[in-house]
Amino acid sequence: MSENQRIIEIEVLRYNPETDKEPSRQVFEVPFTDDMSVLQGVQYIKDYLDGSLSFRWSCRMAICGSCGMMINGEPSLSCETFLRDYYPARVRVEALAHFPIEKDLVINMEGFIEKLESIQPYIIPKEERTLAQGEYLQTPAQLASYEQFSSCINCMLCYAACPQFGLNAEFIGPAAMALLHRYNIDSRDAGKAERMELVNSEEGVFNCTAVGYCSEVCPKHVDPANAVNQNKTNSAADYFLRFLTPKGGAK
Amino acid sequence: MESYKADVVIVGGGGAGLRAAIAVAEADPALRIALISKVYPMRSHTVAAEGGSAGVKLPTDSLEYHFNDTVGGGDWLCEQDVVEYFVAHCNEELTQLEHWGCPWSRTPDGHVNVRAFGGMKIERTWFAADKTGFHMLHTLFQTSIKYPSIKRFDEHFCVDLVVEGGRVQGVVTIEIGSGEMALVEGKSVVIATGGAGRVFRENTNGGIVTGDGMALAYRHGVPLRDMEFVQYHPTCMPGTGLLFTEACRGEGGFLVNKDGYRYLQDYGLGPAEPSPRNKAMELGPRDRLSQAFWYEQQKGRTIEGQHGSVVHLDLRHLGEAKLRERLPQIYELAERFLGVDPARAPIPVRPAVHYTMGGIMVDGLCASPLPGLYAAGECSSVGIHGANRLGSNSLSELCVFGKVAGEEAARFAKAAAPGNSASLLKQAQAVEQRLVGLKTKTGGSERIATLRKEMAQTMEDGCGIYRLAETMQQTCNKLDELKERFKDVNVEDKASVWNTEWLLAIELEYQLDVAQTMAYSALNRRESRGAHQRLDGFEKRDDENFLKHSQAHYVAGSAPRIDYGAVKITKSQPGTRAYGAAGEKAEQERKASNV
Repeated sequence: MSENQRIIEIEVLRYNPETDKEPSRQVFEVPFTDDMSVLQGVQYIKDYLDGSLSFRWSCRMAICGSCGMMINGEPSLSCETFLRDYYPARVRVEALAHFPIEKDLVINMEGFIEKLESIQPYIIPKEERTLAQGEYLQTPAQLASYEQFSSCINCMLCYAACPQFGLNAEFIGPAAMALLHRYNIDSRDAGKAERMELVNSEEGVFNCTAVGYCSEVCPKHVDPANAVNQNKTNSAADYFLRFLTPKGGAK
Repeated sequence: MESYKADVVIVGGGGAGLRAAIAVAEADPALRIALISKVYPMRSHTVAAEGGSAGVKLPTDSLEYHFNDTVGGGDWLCEQDVVEYFVAHCNEELTQLEHWGCPWSRTPDGHVNVRAFGGMKIERTWFAADKTGFHMLHTLFQTSIKYPSIKRFDEHFCVDLVVEGGRVQGVVTIEIGSGEMALVEGKSVVIATGGAGRVFRENTNGGIVTGDGMALAYRHGVPLRDMEFVQYHPTCMPGTGLLFTEACRGEGGFLVNKDGYRYLQDYGLGPAEPSPRNKAMELGPRDRLSQAFWYEQQKGRTIEGQHGSVVHLDLRHLGEAKLRERLPQIYELAERFLGVDPARAPIPVRPAVHYTMGGIMVDGLCASPLPGLYAAGECSSVGIHGANRLGSNSLSELCVFGKVAGEEAARFAKAAAPGNSASLLKQAQAVEQRLVGLKTKTGGSERIATLRKEMAQTMEDGCGIYRLAETMQQTCNKLDELKERFKDVNVEDKASVWNTEWLLAIELEYQLDVAQTMAYSALNRRESRGAHQRLDGFEKRDDENFLKHSQAHYVAGSAPRIDYGAVKITKSQPGTRAYGAAGEKAEQERKASNV
């Protein structure tokens, strides 16, 4: 801390399931410098003001995906959101919207993990290849077609942004759909037909009402809205193809 | 207290742990695997590795070159037979990741591309833009979902090993979400918990990198080997320590001092050419580059910043298009965290602690001296890094030795007799009692954050880039004091659910043990080698007395006992470590004398 230090108020949504009926707000005064992130502000609270404050974090550089929070109502990674951008006003942090709160800023992410597991997020190979045969060839253009969809850090900001997920927690949602799409369009993969069943199901793409806020809040430019919409087209094509081809349009 | 039965328990869900789990599942689908991780696996610190992973790929490269770069880079403190195995299996493991979907960057004809890295004779770093660790980790995590025999214990914190009958037979965990403790029985245990860089103040590591598995093995009598060797990465963000990958220099970036001068040419790394030659200048090894920074600082040729002295990482000449393609994450980090557009201005950088070369002593099959206990990845010392790790070798290590550890642990588990569940549970209950006591006791006066901060500061003061007996001794004394004060630690939070303060206290105790092994091993090594450099009369490498691995042994209630073990030399006798033009000359002479 240097002479440039100022004091900012951080309002935190607290909830301890063992003692509280419902969440409540608590305000802390935190000294900060211009280069301090909201995460560092919250860490200061835990270290020096109230050791019982709980939150997830690790890498501090927007790649591990742990530290998503609502910051002044917007889903954000707290490690790359800076206190200086709120000062002199108070900054408000809350657990990610649309998820059950386990404690304070920690949400329950089991539902998300189940969705991620359900989409078969691994290569289902077109042709088996031995290690001795070396790598599959994949041109830079083929890589570029799915690369952005492989950049999801599972931070779940898009779920906190998605009004449909807020209404229906069963909706597969933006990140899992982007990951599904990532594998479907990978030149090494042949699992699309299996995955499309999920896309077309009740939990699938047609829940999306094309608000697009998911892509706006995505810190990694994955553009999940784009993945969802491409799959609406795929899904519609599948629907019609199934009347025409023996394997129901599966390629 | 609940208990679960597994055949193989894996602690740590990063690259090494996931690779080990897959290896067990493939070795025998009937084996029950418990994969225990204190975070969801994709949060593991493998995620933050940027630049790439080494594996011989080009026709101009060879296993011998990779071997020589690794052994020379490690200042000959490597287990040469293990290095030989390692370099021979990197390509295969990275290809395996490719088959599993890793989005490796490609050449125009569709093959996997490689880039240059520090201390490397020929380009052999496989990369996925500058998010290689992220992509490797997610590929491994997502692939692991295919295997039904892998049962994950996500957000379960491992607090002890259970040892009976002279072998490890399980672990004790805390389920973070409930605070409930459990026994997970296993006939073999693989530790893959990563490094311990958070014991230092300025470091590139995530908050979870607290040496947990190292401390657990150590407390059960397994030596921690070569712990004095801690890598300072030369190009990190001032203050936070966040990493700007070596790939910045692999792609052609410069390091310049306050006069805009490429100062590395003054430290035996020249000549300074318009684009850095392999093993020269900016593509020298990490220890040498961090040491050169220290000298520039002494000479007053660094730039003073808010968080100490810096030099400039200049990427401007690479142009925005190339930076966006090859180094997109670096671009965003510089813009977002520093307000610097790297296509238009140089990035201020300084060295920060990055990697723990030492770790849990294991043989070439990842087996520790404690039967049934295996280790892989940064927490282990399998012997490939020596006194200074070569950039790109750690990601390959996760795969090559994660697999070995998994296969060996599977083999051990199949041959082992079942344990006595009742007496194992009794041990676990004793562990529970001790740790719940830490949480429920009242009246403690020491704040966790204060102890942690003092630890991190004293490690930086005594065990930094250059070391002196006097300050190392002060660090040892300070750590002894902190361990004493830890007994009076105060855990304010008494809750069961998500009590991360309790976990922080347990982690701090791990860190203090690991920090002691580093400081005492450093003090005892009276020579300079690789990342361990002294300025107090021991400035030279001393092969006669110290071509040896240090081994720190746990002594309850006291400082560690340090002794030494032999280094396996097969085909590369210790020589002069030279880089740049001097390195090329030395290599020619070596070749000539071998003929």
